[in-house]
Amino acid sequence: MQSYVQIENAGMVFSTRKGKFTALTGINLNVEQGEFIALIGHSGCGKSTLLNLVAGLLDASNGVLLLANKEIRGPGPERAVVFQNHSLLPWLTAFENVHLAVEKVFGGRETSAQLKARTRAALDLVGLSHAAAKLPGEISGGMKQRVGIARALAMEPKVLLMDEPFGALDALTRAHLQDELMKIVAATKSTVIMVTHDVDEAVLLSDRIVMMTNGPAATIGEILDVGLPRPRDRLQLAHDPHYSALRSQVLEFLYRRQMRPQEAA
Amino acid sequence: MNAVTLNDRSLSEVMAAPETEQLAANEPVLPTRRTPLFETEGGKRFLEGVVNGVKATIPPVLGLVFFVALWAIIANTGGKIPGPAETWTAAVDLFSDPFYDNGPNDKGIGWNILNSLTRVGIGFGLAAAIGIPLGFMIGRFAFINQMLSPIISILRPVSPLAWLPIGLLVLQKAEPASIWVIFISSIWPMVLNTAAGVQRIPQDYMNVARVLNLSEFKVFTRILFPAVLPYVLTGVRLAIGVAWLVIVAAEMLTGGVGIGFWVWDEWNNLNVAHIIIAIFIVGIVGLLLEQGLMLIAKRFSYE
Repeated sequence: MQSYVQIENAGMVFSTRKGKFTALTGINLNVEQGEFIALIGHSGCGKSTLLNLVAGLLDASNGVLLLANKEIRGPGPERAVVFQNHSLLPWLTAFENVHLAVEKVFGGRETSAQLKARTRAALDLVGLSHAAAKLPGEISGGMKQRVGIARALAMEPKVLLMDEPFGALDALTRAHLQDELMKIVAATKSTVIMVTHDVDEAVLLSDRIVMMTNGPAATIGEILDVGLPRPRDRLQLAHDPHYSALRSQVLEFLYRRQMRPQEAA
Repeated sequence: MNAVTLNDRSLSEVMAAPETEQLAANEPVLPTRRTPLFETEGGKRFLEGVVNGVKATIPPVLGLVFFVALWAIIANTGGKIPGPAETWTAAVDLFSDPFYDNGPNDKGIGWNILNSLTRVGIGFGLAAAIGIPLGFMIGRFAFINQMLSPIISILRPVSPLAWLPIGLLVLQKAEPASIWVIFISSIWPMVLNTAAGVQRIPQDYMNVARVLNLSEFKVFTRILFPAVLPYVLTGVRLAIGVAWLVIVAAEMLTGGVGIGFWVWDEWNNLNVAHIIIAIFIVGIVGLLLEQGLMLIAKRFSYE
């Protein structure tokens, strides 16, 4: 059986003023339907670039990217993105922000009442029904990110792409949202690719951790199968030897074998 | 703080005085004491507001007092410039009948101001109608930007009045020529600010548009327009300031009815008090225009 997302020998070369800059090279990755993938690596290793390739926001310089056996060309709502800094439109309320996406995806087929119901359901899923009428400027950072997740989920994407979605949040809010995300993903059986720089987050959330080497010309260094049973509980996992082993494997990769260039020098 | 305690004491004394008299005269039972204003929550807040208000008004009032004093000293020593009192009397006289009409060269001050505002409105309105869409195109399409930026760079620093002869030549009449000057001098801030606003739209917003596959219409109404609106309003505010600056000079040269022409007319009559009044009128109207637009701009800021 073919994989859901197939990345074959993908590479990305940017033309800069100083000439060509090879960000990614030789990326091969297959993602199964319903799988949760974490991309981890040091900053500047091109993990966001890889996500943007799948999103279609960037076009691969070489190689092929397929989603459900169709080549990825340009961005589209079947690959919803949760951006790092929520990217809500500040002049629209939480409801309107989600509705904009719902309207675009389902507008041709459903009545306005159905679209509104979908919007409300998405906000309900992230526990934000009470804040539907609020503008992004009036809610906290964690709530904004949840609206961003609601917007992405409301599109019923084939793949949910998340670019360090919790990176800008404090530790407590982040833990809370991670737990919520695990519940939502379990309920919706979404396929998720998530960029992160947080080792605990990667181990806690994902089925496989894709560890990237340092750029330039970054590629996949190692893929780690997590294999922890679900549902996962962060408190129990803290004492789980398997969890600790996985954690130290990722740390080993990041800090022994892929030391940050400036620190290694 | 001092003002409050002082107030408290005088207030309580005033209120207490008649009550004690009544008590002595009628019955020894203490009547229920009404809570004085300054002891209630609302009263405290009111007094605090008054104190803060007084504190906030002291510096500007002091500035005005110094200004008027300086003016009076200069008027007294020079002799040619009328002092504040003299100007005030002239102003009261002038504004007692702002809308009289004794033929084309002798109209009330109200007519002059309204005429100037109309010219500014038309010239500025045309500039907005052309400048804002032009700014959007310059911001959105790099090709148009590169095409127009050398022309704009050359034309923008030109003194507004240098455009007047061209206007007179092409349009043949004074009235449209002064509107043309307003138009050409107030269009640049709107073009440049709108273009800058479009160029500074966060990439995130455009990425959202791309991921959602929004139509050009939706991109414009839901993202471009609201994102750029604060920049547009900054441009509009700067432009109206420029337009109002320029109108006085343009009218001095073209004549007709207007505050600028009126200044020139009063200079020919050697009525210096009226010139000083005109300066204040121009300043105050300019301030009001700008403050009005600031209020609108505040309404549309989402930060």
